[in-house]
Amino acid sequence: MTDELLELADRVVAMARPGEQVEAVVVRGTDTEIKVYGGQVESLSSAQSQGVGIRVVVDGRQGFAYAGSLDEVAITETLADARDNAGFATHDEHAGLAEPDGVPVQELDLHRDGLSTFGPDAKVALAIELERAVLGADPRISGIESAEYVDGVSEAAVATTTGIRSSGRETSCYVATYAMATEGGDTQTGFGFSVGREPAELDVARAAGEAAERATRMLGATQPPSGRLTVVLDPWVTAQFLGLLGYTLNGDAVQKGRSLFADRLGEAVASPLVTLVDDPTDTRAFTATDTDGEGLATRRNVLVADGVLERFVHNAYTARRAGTVSTGNAVRGFKSTPSVDCLFLSLAPGTADPAELVASIAEGVLVQEVSGLHSGVNPVSGDFSTGAEGLRIRGGELAEPVREFTIASTLQKMLHDVQAVGSDLQFLPMNAAGVTLVVGDVTVSGS
Amino acid sequence: MIEEAVLQRVLGAALRTGGEFAEVFAEDRRSSSALLDDGRVEELTSGRDRGAGIRVVVGETTGFAHTADLTEAGLVAAAEAAAAAAKGGGGGTRTVALTRRATSRGYDIEAYPGDVAKARKVELLTRADDIARSSGSAISQVSVSYGDNRRRILVANSDGLLAEDDTVRTFFAVSCVATGDTGMQTGRESIGHTVGFELFDMYDVDELARRAAGRALTKLAARPAPSGQMPVVIASGGGGVLFHEACGHGLEADLVAKGASVFRDRVGQRVASPGVTVVDDGTMAKEWGNIAIDDEGNPAQRNVLIDDGVLTDYMWDQLRARKEGRRSSGNGRRQSYQHLPMVRMTNTYLLAGADDPDDIVASTERGVLVKHLGGGQVNTATGDFVFGMTEAYLIEDGEVTEPLREGNLIGNGPEVLQRIDALGNDFAMGPPGTCGKDGQGVPVGDGVPTLRVSSLTIGGTAA
Repeated sequence: MTDELLELADRVVAMARPGEQVEAVVVRGTDTEIKVYGGQVESLSSAQSQGVGIRVVVDGRQGFAYAGSLDEVAITETLADARDNAGFATHDEHAGLAEPDGVPVQELDLHRDGLSTFGPDAKVALAIELERAVLGADPRISGIESAEYVDGVSEAAVATTTGIRSSGRETSCYVATYAMATEGGDTQTGFGFSVGREPAELDVARAAGEAAERATRMLGATQPPSGRLTVVLDPWVTAQFLGLLGYTLNGDAVQKGRSLFADRLGEAVASPLVTLVDDPTDTRAFTATDTDGEGLATRRNVLVADGVLERFVHNAYTARRAGTVSTGNAVRGFKSTPSVDCLFLSLAPGTADPAELVASIAEGVLVQEVSGLHSGVNPVSGDFSTGAEGLRIRGGELAEPVREFTIASTLQKMLHDVQAVGSDLQFLPMNAAGVTLVVGDVTVSGS
Repeated sequence: MIEEAVLQRVLGAALRTGGEFAEVFAEDRRSSSALLDDGRVEELTSGRDRGAGIRVVVGETTGFAHTADLTEAGLVAAAEAAAAAAKGGGGGTRTVALTRRATSRGYDIEAYPGDVAKARKVELLTRADDIARSSGSAISQVSVSYGDNRRRILVANSDGLLAEDDTVRTFFAVSCVATGDTGMQTGRESIGHTVGFELFDMYDVDELARRAAGRALTKLAARPAPSGQMPVVIASGGGGVLFHEACGHGLEADLVAKGASVFRDRVGQRVASPGVTVVDDGTMAKEWGNIAIDDEGNPAQRNVLIDDGVLTDYMWDQLRARKEGRRSSGNGRRQSYQHLPMVRMTNTYLLAGADDPDDIVASTERGVLVKHLGGGQVNTATGDFVFGMTEAYLIEDGEVTEPLREGNLIGNGPEVLQRIDALGNDFAMGPPGTCGKDGQGVPVGDGVPTLRVSSLTIGGTAA
């Protein structure tokens, strides 16, 4: 099937005129989404989608167009649009497509036939089992906001006039739920999930248990007083924090003067406990991929080693502009040109488990959920402020639940204030791994 | 987009396994965008998305399938897939007679973006870049983006409804970075309306660029925002995201039905200070959340949600309304033909009061004035919500003093609604927004007059 996509991409590339660079990205996917409620299927969506994105570079000018269709008419129209669009871009000496760089593509095992043989009834049963497990986990669970099973099979191919030819396919699935717990008129929520490449890898009981636990332990939560405290970030929160940090390390932000760390290569930007790696070749990662959005091999890049900034990530364009080579970090769908971003960030884990970390803290807050990352964190200035909920830590033990407060600092300061990294590396449905992280001197704003 | 006879046959195929309700939603969307960054026009993009989503409802279950193939064979295949997913028990043949429903937007698009030369769009980008860069030597980076789209939709369902709409939206944004001794700060301004290229007759791009640059420059001198509770004044037109989050999402009937809203069972009760009237209004001409019909074919409406402090109604889509034996409020929306509709806001706003906006600030001893809001987020089950401040100032002794760095504010919806103690007479709509829910984004508008919340928690770092 994937060969078919590559052949289609080849056909587009073959239409290049002399002096033109042409790149075609062709994708196709099958997705299933099942939501259940009250023991019944609320909705079952099943669909195939496809699309093509075409980039044309001519005389240092880039144009782009896409279509959500693979029919010949749409492709011809898309190529013509991309070609026409190129005429309006400003000349840029670094503009151009990726070129083969000799780095071998590691064949990653990201596709499971088990997904396609798992029938719709079995998927529905998984989702119903998830809801039932949440509802039965604790007498205080009053309902669910959602319980769903989602999977996808996706294939993609990239071909260029510069000699790139790459294709791949992968499967993924997850179950996720939001539980509600109620006691004495107080309602709290908690979520749980499990991800895998095929349903056999999903742990429904764990997802349900976590959602119920997160919701029930928040019952009776009150607003804490303001103050400066040590915070313990739950792995889920840490992963979101890393995602923000990733922005500051991308070559585009660096070159365009939007990165806090632009001039800091070789300097200590974080606590020596911080080693940050971007490694999409780690097959345990939800976002693992063997090639990037431009068809180059992905690779393991150490960005921060023992607190010292080592490297930024690049795609072909930012690398050319920086006078270096792509790190295989082009990111894109078929509807856009490649941007550059981290693909799978993780912190090198420490040795202490979460319980040991909490035991070491006299006064603090365990943050189990944050909100408003998009509205209160500015990765350019580094200002960091998010809504939060979690549990107070007193005398090394988890104490009363707290909510309706914010945690604030700056990204720069938080990196230096890292006091410990947990041993509990977790693989989440996002482009960063989770791990418990202890950060000192964070402002808690509450009553 | 699709012939009536074909629609009838496709609906017939969708109902063949005993479905109670079936719907075809077809969409043809053309979009174009242009981006200038780092002094260069980086690229122009053209896009086309065309397809249909078909749903079949049986009891509590909805089956859904979508296809990019709008031929009869493609549509029938999707209808059969949706019917199989919904798995009705019965069988048989039902014929649907379709009645075309007239739709009207009440105004005409003056300049379809597809008819406007690309060079004119590019010229706007370079102009805004020039103006922003000349606004101050500390402006170190500028990006400017232009976007337009034309979305034609067709909805046909087994109740016999047939409706079509043709919507044009145009968007423009300027983002600046200013660099100084204190590091970098950002400023952004955006405009967007359900209009064509005449957007640029409604607004002065130069002024927009100056404001974006000014916002970044002002913040170079900003001090850290306070930490803790104090009165907060929201400026008129700064953005009504406060109400979008504090009560809008909690009044969506799908969340209410699941008990996932703090506003469940509260219709008829006082939920906000007297004088607080919150409206969701899809009919608001030319606004970013304006629609002639929603994505289930129902006409847009002006719905009063909270009237003088009393909760009057929730927002409804077709499915939820059907279950309750009532009519949709015209709030069934979806991101694209690849998505199922759900209850969504359109333009959500708070009506003006009688207070003089200057008096509201002058009567605030110590607090924060938020002139421009960022996005927000809410947990509808607990009512806790946050929203960002992207331009804010300290109020000391009734005077606006120092600018503040960015951060989130946090509050609880039902509590904050009761704490509104001043409402200005200066209503204005805010910048265009994209509301995210369950992974789908739709364009929404919001607006507020100047108002004061007697106490909100400000998530800064200063004592």
